[in-house]
Amino acid sequence: MKATRRMLLGCALVAASLGFSQAQAQTTLRMTWYSDGNEGEVMNSLLRRFEEQNKDIKVVLDQVPFKAINENLPVQLAAGQGPDLARVADLGGVARYMLDLRPHLKDPAYFEANFGPFLEWMRLPGDTSSIPGYMTQLTLTGPFVNKTLFEQANIPMPAPKATWEDWAKAAKDVAAKVQAPFPVAIDRSGHRFFSLAITQGAQVFNDKGEPAVVDDGFKKGAQLVYDWHKNGVMSKELWGSVAGTAYRGANDEFKNAQVVMYESGSWQIGQFDKTIGNAFDWVAVPTPCGPANCSGMPGGAALVGIKTTQHPKEVARLIEFLASEPVAEEFYARSLFVPGHLGLAKKGLDYKDASPQGKAALKVFSEGVSGLSPVANKLQGYVNNRVIFNAVISRLGQAIAGEATLDEAYKRITADVEQQIAERNKK
Amino acid sequence: MSIATIVTARRDAKSWHWTDIAAYAYLILGVFLMFGPVLWLGLSSFKTQASLLEFPPSLLPMSQKEVTLPGFPQPLPLFTVTMEDGSSRVLAQVRRVGIQAQMVDPADPTQQFRVAIDKRVPVREFALATENYTEPLERFAFPQFLANSVFVTVVATLITLLINSMAAYALSIYEFKGKNAAMLAVIGTLMIPITIILVPVYLVVTKLGLVNSLWAVILPGAATPTGVFLLRQYMLTLPRDLIEAARMDKASEWQIYWRIVMPLTLPALAVLTIFSIMWRWNEFLWPLAVLTKTEVYTLQIGLNAFQGELQTQWQYLLAMTVMTLTPVAVVFVFLQRFITTGIANTGMK
Amino acid sequence: MTLSSKNPPASSALAGSAQTRRTSPFLRQVARIVDWPMAALQRLIGERRMPYVFLLPNLFFFGLFVFVPIAINFWYSVTGGPALFPSERPYVGSGQYSYLFECGSYADPSSCREDHFWRGVYNTVTFSFFQVVAMVGLSLLTAVVLNMKIKGRGFFRAVYFFPVLLSPVVVALIWKWILQRDGILNAWITAMGGDRVLFLTEPTWAMFWAIFVSVWSHMGFYTLILLAGLQAIPSDIYEAAEMDATPRWRVFWRLTLPLLWPNLVVVIVLALIRAVQTFDEVFVLTGGGPGTSTLMVVQYIYETAFSNQVQNFGLAAAASVVLGIVLFALTLAQLAYTQRKSS
Repeated sequence: MKATRRMLLGCALVAASLGFSQAQAQTTLRMTWYSDGNEGEVMNSLLRRFEEQNKDIKVVLDQVPFKAINENLPVQLAAGQGPDLARVADLGGVARYMLDLRPHLKDPAYFEANFGPFLEWMRLPGDTSSIPGYMTQLTLTGPFVNKTLFEQANIPMPAPKATWEDWAKAAKDVAAKVQAPFPVAIDRSGHRFFSLAITQGAQVFNDKGEPAVVDDGFKKGAQLVYDWHKNGVMSKELWGSVAGTAYRGANDEFKNAQVVMYESGSWQIGQFDKTIGNAFDWVAVPTPCGPANCSGMPGGAALVGIKTTQHPKEVARLIEFLASEPVAEEFYARSLFVPGHLGLAKKGLDYKDASPQGKAALKVFSEGVSGLSPVANKLQGYVNNRVIFNAVISRLGQAIAGEATLDEAYKRITADVEQQIAERNKK
Repeated sequence: MSIATIVTARRDAKSWHWTDIAAYAYLILGVFLMFGPVLWLGLSSFKTQASLLEFPPSLLPMSQKEVTLPGFPQPLPLFTVTMEDGSSRVLAQVRRVGIQAQMVDPADPTQQFRVAIDKRVPVREFALATENYTEPLERFAFPQFLANSVFVTVVATLITLLINSMAAYALSIYEFKGKNAAMLAVIGTLMIPITIILVPVYLVVTKLGLVNSLWAVILPGAATPTGVFLLRQYMLTLPRDLIEAARMDKASEWQIYWRIVMPLTLPALAVLTIFSIMWRWNEFLWPLAVLTKTEVYTLQIGLNAFQGELQTQWQYLLAMTVMTLTPVAVVFVFLQRFITTGIANTGMK
Repeated sequence: MTLSSKNPPASSALAGSAQTRRTSPFLRQVARIVDWPMAALQRLIGERRMPYVFLLPNLFFFGLFVFVPIAINFWYSVTGGPALFPSERPYVGSGQYSYLFECGSYADPSSCREDHFWRGVYNTVTFSFFQVVAMVGLSLLTAVVLNMKIKGRGFFRAVYFFPVLLSPVVVALIWKWILQRDGILNAWITAMGGDRVLFLTEPTWAMFWAIFVSVWSHMGFYTLILLAGLQAIPSDIYEAAEMDATPRWRVFWRLTLPLLWPNLVVVIVLALIRAVQTFDEVFVLTGGGPGTSTLMVVQYIYETAFSNQVQNFGLAAAASVVLGIVLFALTLAQLAYTQRKSS
């Protein structure tokens, strides 16, 4: 029983200390945050700086596993129990709960100028003016290549404008020579799949702007992935391994020099830079081309204000601080992120902590932003894009695992998208 | 009491039957199968991020040996190199360019070699990557998470023991109207996993204003049907004369429950205690839904923040898994005799 | 029977104030304070109403956190749309149910509108059947072995029980770590000269390991229940058999098994109910894959409600009501059985 009493005492102390700090700071803001790498630490240090400059505001960073952002946060937001700010990746899905900061910002034009195209991703259809937050990270899909494996196999790397088929062939030859188990790996993610499908001419939407996912370009992309699984260019371990919409990456396999070419995205750079070290040479290359274009898929996470906050002014002050050029520059540079800030993107960032390999890769991705196809931008900005991504990944996964034919998968994808959008619109 | 089994039934205590040998073999295999995986987890949690990915994995946590040589500011990694003449020697690597490595002899750093990278194998030594533990613990409010988890586990277990045993007492000792309905309710809900009613429970907790309070984790699972069922089955076996005698002595019903039935039910209560501790300590999905503020995080939530959208930091995840597993393992080591005999005596008949 | 007096160290860890003589004055104080109002209450309402007082706290929490949610859940299942609050959800009648049951043929999941649900149903049936058979078989074997005159019985008993304490997530994580492509099991196989096996990417292997891991982690509990049953069998029965020189297997078949039957029924029913509810351990181990070959019905419900962008609470609730009814029927069957036995 002593333990219980001591515990109660401990809790009382904690409560007292919280009360004390609240007495000092008039406002406490809660920020829900998830991390893939070190960005949580970087954000924390920036927040401490903000608090020093703004003694009346205290910011608490609540770090959660990503699962909570996707699965629990929407329920909490719907119940009115959300935080003041949150870092979210499903921009379209959460758009309904975002706070428009425009009335509270000193300089909305700064946001328009530097985050303009990305702000559209955070808006509901019909909304052209709201400013809910800023991009903590812009991501771009693209392949990483294990250059050392190419050298060991004594096979030249395909040139910049090479097609997906060229890369698949080269990677397969290399893998056969050096006995790597994964010639090509593509993340099990709808988002990554579309970077391939869009190069093959997928349009995703019809003339009216409604989703028409399965078209010829889409089918070409799906057929490629399907065939690659059949002829050993890709291993079933990613796409065929799990059910439903779960994400699977091959980053661990790539780090372990088992993958020749890994189609993933800019967010991997930080970890590759840190873990691979001097073990082998890795490079990022521009997205391979298809008949339509050589576009990757953009994406990213945004820090946004939440509608239910009691302190919209303070939220705006915090976002204004974090999105300001020097602070944002420091954040992107220390986290090794591609900047989601047009001014900084034009200027180019100095990634002090990165190795030459990491810097080179960041440069390749930053340059890729300008080559994005309009379809890619539109899909990323579409409110229900995760419905499409999820349906695609779940059904193509089944086809690859041998549970359904591609034609059946196409029918299911169309039906799934229709059904879920209809469910969302039920009032 | 002498315990007889089918096997011992015909056996002279001194002679060995093949079944004895088979039994020992089975048990030793069991030790290997049951403990091995957990031991493997423990060892793996001390490996560095890079060596976690190795194949074949080394049994013990190892890291590459390094030497500091005059003329080189950075420590250099050591490799065993197969030379062209087939002999092998230990060299330090200065740098790697493509598939060639530039290496020096640690004994004589001026002597340089160019070596193909597939001709070298790292020299490794035993090393514990304790940073897997220290880094996350420094970064997160670990003592706070621990305190929250302990608070939830202890308080929830006490409440569960109290209200479950009260209900079990009512359902086992008395005859009253509605008893069958209550029994049916208990057994019916035995089957409902919380996973499938997560959203409605969340709504109830929201209406009660309990979100972000540890009570939101403690209360919903307090009235466990399993506990009531387990305790009731046990109480049914208690001798009724004791209770009747106490009534003769003018003991109140509460006193009978608290002073007579509870002490006799201790073995079953011990079983429920360990189950409750285990359930509460390991709970993940539900706290994740109702706790969103750092100061109320339990260990399971706080230490899972390493699972990002696109990456899982395995070295931390494994280390933190060991961290959360250790307290339960310690409790078990101390209580194991009591638990195993307790379950064995709980009847479940 | 193990009474507290035999185990003072362990019992003092419990809240039982029965040891007021030995435990802290704090507890004695509590006992005294509670005794008085409870006695007064009893005088007020009479002894016959006391059982309700004992039942009340438990039923209160039950009602609040189980019955009310079940009712809300039912309402969800007859409404549609993405809204969270029940009052904002439009009534759709049996729409969710008919969507769930819209099949060309119930024997072929791919002919169903909601094929994942039906695949989940079939996987759960397969999983439960083999898991329960393996669970009962292995627990019985282990209980019989542990019941032999063996040195270190306490230790071995603890060894088999140990995994019961691990959380399902940890169990799955450990085994995933062992079974993955570059895991230690494959290292061992290649060291023996074999080829790597993709244990979690071949449908049959994945199901096998899902069952294996589930048996591994829960077997200890059932073993103890059966061990208790074995120890309760009077020894003179065996002595009589010994006199007749009856073969050992026949003793087991004719004597032990029938006497152990009530315990076996408990084990079978509990194991079956738990198997049908399986979620996190298989989810973390295989993610329901490869394809959908280890997708369980509870995982389907969870993912329908949470993982999709449009969180479909209505459909998930309908599926959970169906699952609930099936589980309730299983329970009633058990009740009927035990009651017939006791009468």
